[in-house]
Amino acid sequence: MRREAPKSFADYTPLLFPGVMLVVFFVVPFSTMIAVSFFKRNPAGFYTPDFVIDNYARFLTTFFAGVLGFSLMLAVLVAVCCVSIAFPFTYLLTKRSRRVQTLWLVGLLSVLSLSEVIIGFAWSTLFSQTAGITNLFVALGLMDKPVALLPTFGAVLAGMIYQALPYTILVLYPALVRLDPTLLEAARTLGASPVKAFFNVVTPALRNTIVATLIMVFVFALGSYLLPQILGRPRHWTLSVLITDQAIYQSNMPFAAAMAVFLVLISLALVGLTLLVGRRENAL
Amino acid sequence: MSGLDINAITKAFGNFIAVDNVRLNVPHGTFVCLLGPSGCGKTTLLRMIAGLEEPTSGAIVLDGEDITPLPTHKRNLGMVFQSLALFPHLSVGDNIAYALRIRGASKEEQKKRVDELLTLIHLPGFADRPVAKLSGGQRQRVAIARALALSPKLFLLDEPLSALDAKLREAMQVELRQLQQRLGITTIVVTHDQREAMTMADLVVVMGHGRILQAAPPIEIYRKPADAFVADFIGITNLLPAEVDSAGRTTILGTAIPGLAMPAGVTKASVSIRPEDVHLGEPGGRAITGQVTFVRDLGGTIETFVEVGSTSIIAVATPRERPNVSVGAKVGVTLPPESCVVLGS
Amino acid sequence: MTATFLRRLYFTIVALFLAAPLIVVAGVSVNARQELTFPPKGFSLAWYGQIFADPEWRLALIHSVTLAVCSAAIAVAIALPLAWFLWRRIAPWANIFQVLGLAPFILPPVITALGFLTFWATVGLFGQFFTAIISHAIFFVTLPLVTLSLGFASIDRSLVEAAATMGADDRTVLKTVVLPLILPYLVSGYAFAFVLSLNEYIVAYMTIGFTTETLPIKIFNALRYGYTPTMASVSVFFVAVAALVFGSIAKFGDIRRLLGAMSSEGN
Repeated sequence: MRREAPKSFADYTPLLFPGVMLVVFFVVPFSTMIAVSFFKRNPAGFYTPDFVIDNYARFLTTFFAGVLGFSLMLAVLVAVCCVSIAFPFTYLLTKRSRRVQTLWLVGLLSVLSLSEVIIGFAWSTLFSQTAGITNLFVALGLMDKPVALLPTFGAVLAGMIYQALPYTILVLYPALVRLDPTLLEAARTLGASPVKAFFNVVTPALRNTIVATLIMVFVFALGSYLLPQILGRPRHWTLSVLITDQAIYQSNMPFAAAMAVFLVLISLALVGLTLLVGRRENAL
Repeated sequence: MSGLDINAITKAFGNFIAVDNVRLNVPHGTFVCLLGPSGCGKTTLLRMIAGLEEPTSGAIVLDGEDITPLPTHKRNLGMVFQSLALFPHLSVGDNIAYALRIRGASKEEQKKRVDELLTLIHLPGFADRPVAKLSGGQRQRVAIARALALSPKLFLLDEPLSALDAKLREAMQVELRQLQQRLGITTIVVTHDQREAMTMADLVVVMGHGRILQAAPPIEIYRKPADAFVADFIGITNLLPAEVDSAGRTTILGTAIPGLAMPAGVTKASVSIRPEDVHLGEPGGRAITGQVTFVRDLGGTIETFVEVGSTSIIAVATPRERPNVSVGAKVGVTLPPESCVVLGS
Repeated sequence: MTATFLRRLYFTIVALFLAAPLIVVAGVSVNARQELTFPPKGFSLAWYGQIFADPEWRLALIHSVTLAVCSAAIAVAIALPLAWFLWRRIAPWANIFQVLGLAPFILPPVITALGFLTFWATVGLFGQFFTAIISHAIFFVTLPLVTLSLGFASIDRSLVEAAATMGADDRTVLKTVVLPLILPYLVSGYAFAFVLSLNEYIVAYMTIGFTTETLPIKIFNALRYGYTPTMASVSVFFVAVAALVFGSIAKFGDIRRLLGAMSSEGN
């Protein structure tokens, strides 16, 4: 069967159900959210239709600037940590047997699919005083008595790296597994040690992949909505947490919507940047 | 009218003319090879016969019926694809029975036909094997059997043997030809391998740039190529410049070839002569004098490369027929006029 | 060899990092009494029984499974015709639907969740259980869309042509060739959507969180109002389900291909 252009209306029928579903339940909700971001808050209900830019004006406060700055900083930190751990790891993984690779992929997918709630709960347990890792240190004689390691910035960072690391590895995996092995062999025949070849050949060859992955993990980390809340203090809250908080607990849907629109713009800009990087990679 | 008539078929992809006003009559029961380099339009022509491409203009007539508007699934044909296209999710038997099954044939009917066909292709008892477990040659045969399941009017094969290694390919060519003769089915094979075409075909159709350059029985194509392209594409040939000199004699490389006549009014042309027709001997006399530049001894035959001026001539002979000359030796080249074919420009 | 040793050490550290929180949770889940200690004091599997015995946890489990079963089915129902159309036809503008199918998954989840919250609130259906099903179906449509697109790209088009030369029309080709070949990708797409829906918190919370508890919502609420080892046993249960599903995909399908190990020979 050749691919051919649709000729009659009947040829379009397969698009009908997906098209209606995606437009009604994604495009319309998304537009609703944008509309609501210009509405007024109604403490008794959800919102009052209006056209105000107050919700956006609130971005100009130092509090909001602080949250935004912290969110971006945290996401950058998570992205850098994840890629630095995951890149050499994924590279080594692709050199292992199919069986080992499959085993790891199953494990990574299982961790990746875990609810943020469960990750938060697991890390809060691991860092707790009664059941935490410090009990192990005490048993080993490294510490005198167990302590709670949260709420701290370190706990937030650890939890978010835990959440994003499997994602990072799975994003890097296709690029690294398809890397032409003769590239490395050529470097080896020219006298480079495996480590040297990794840094001089593999890393530069995949420079754009690394940049694209950094951006994707950054966007992924920006989306973390529970971990800063469970593992950190209120000053460790990110934009995503703040949106949830405003929408649910403060019942300020318009302000939450305005922040969400803002977050979309940041994310879209970065996704666009990723595509641009990807395109340049293909052009090379 | 019995057989397949290809009536002024043209296929354009945008500005590119893949098949250009092709006319061909294939009598019932003929084995045809469409032969040509890649991109010559042979596969596109085959796919139009199958209904997998729509011709831009022209008609395809089978046994007097215009089948051009019919979709593929209503054409009653069997086709073997280059990739073989065996269904990976079905067993050998289910692959072969596919056409019967989708027509609602009974289980017994299907089994009977599958057994018949498996015997025909020398793979009895293979019905329950998964196709992935077959060797290349076995897969090839299953694809052929599957295409023949409904005893179609037309049997089409698109580079069917290209995936096989050289030895197996030659064996399959013979087998395919014998099978076709036994069934008497009109068969069209696309190939770029002239040896394959020579082995199997009743009618070789040489194509280039979307047009038919020559359609003739294999030996005629070999002996009487219509033009330089055909001569060069079919086997190895020497293409030499011929001229009529002031005395009215035809000369090749400055030496007169008595008995070689040029068509009236032509003073310059290319002449094709097959390497096995070129004779080497002592220099002098009526022979063209040249120098041996390379000798390729293949055991059964020896190819000798002789340079005359800036032109290279290849001569092939068995070791017994050939004078013992080595690189650098001066030799006399004789071109028998009856073996020289003057080509149209 | 030191290089091998270093590599093993590196793999072990990463494995420990990924496993440590789960090991602790698994340990906590078998505590004999209702306390949060590790290593566990005593041994009891009672907290696993609680998932099914305790009416609240059981109800949350039923909600979660219903939600995941239905939403994954709808996600596949949206993705299958779309992926088929994109493979079968040349219609560049239809790619917009592909982008729409990928967008909910790429954007930060809070945004999609808030979009659903404002939408369902505006149309007056906020809090109804089916709104969560539809929301999850849209949110996770990306997964079957990606696996099915990969699946279609892996079908050699000459198989379809071969079927046509043997007399199969479009419908027969779809039934006898395309669907059997696409089935493993369809199953994996469903499985991915199912597992992620089971685990999803924020979209479920913003659509039905005030009226209904799914397991993740229940865990979060339990986390805020005090500790119970059932949280730990449920978490282990989730990890086990995920490992089981992805393990099955790996066993019966090609998970490396699904994750992009082979470049798809598509058009």
